[in-house]
Amino acid sequence: MERVKLKVLIKFLGPIAREDLEVEVDSSIELKEVIKQNVDNEWLEKIAVAVNDKIVSNLDDIKDGDVISLLPPVCGG
Amino acid sequence: MVEIYNGGLPVEEIFNKWYKLKWGGMLLTFVGIVRDDGGINGLSFDIYEPMLNEWFKKWEKRVLMAHSVGNVYVGETSFMCAVYSKHREFKLIEDFVEDFKANAPIWKYDLIDDKRIFADDRAKKLPNAGILV
Repeated sequence: MERVKLKVLIKFLGPIAREDLEVEVDSSIELKEVIKQNVDNEWLEKIAVAVNDKIVSNLDDIKDGDVISLLPPVCGG
Repeated sequence: MVEIYNGGLPVEEIFNKWYKLKWGGMLLTFVGIVRDDGGINGLSFDIYEPMLNEWFKKWEKRVLMAHSVGNVYVGETSFMCAVYSKHREFKLIEDFVEDFKANAPIWKYDLIDDKRIFADDRAKKLPNAGILV
């Protein structure tokens, strides 16, 4: 059976900023792999993730068309 | 909506605008000025506006906020907020600033000779940070 590909947009914010990345993945595991290839290792444990601008506690329910934002630690003011 | 400005905030203009709203009998204003501190010539900021405005919704009936994006030099102002209430309510502005520091999607950099260096020592992880590991 052919697996369904999910097209998602990844945004890299603040100090990890780079061009948005549009990718096709078949699972949240593959999505995490793609992110790891594009973010320095030292950041991974510090980054929070938002899906469609809401912070999530896991990536299990990724859907086609989702926008994934990677949010390093914050400090305004 | 948070009021976002490129560079230092026009403090008097913003204050005058907020003062004219007359939302209540007390207007308590906080003005954050960039200090001459640790050899920096200023600070610089990135903001993710969609999530900043979403976060601010729970405050916007009682709190006003303005923030800079880009470079803000020593002596200039990067952050203003104000609370309106009927009577004095100092705790509200403290609660707001605590939530702001912990959750507003804003990233700060020191400027040393105009070069940006991420303010890692002052940054706080957002909720659920680390799920990528």
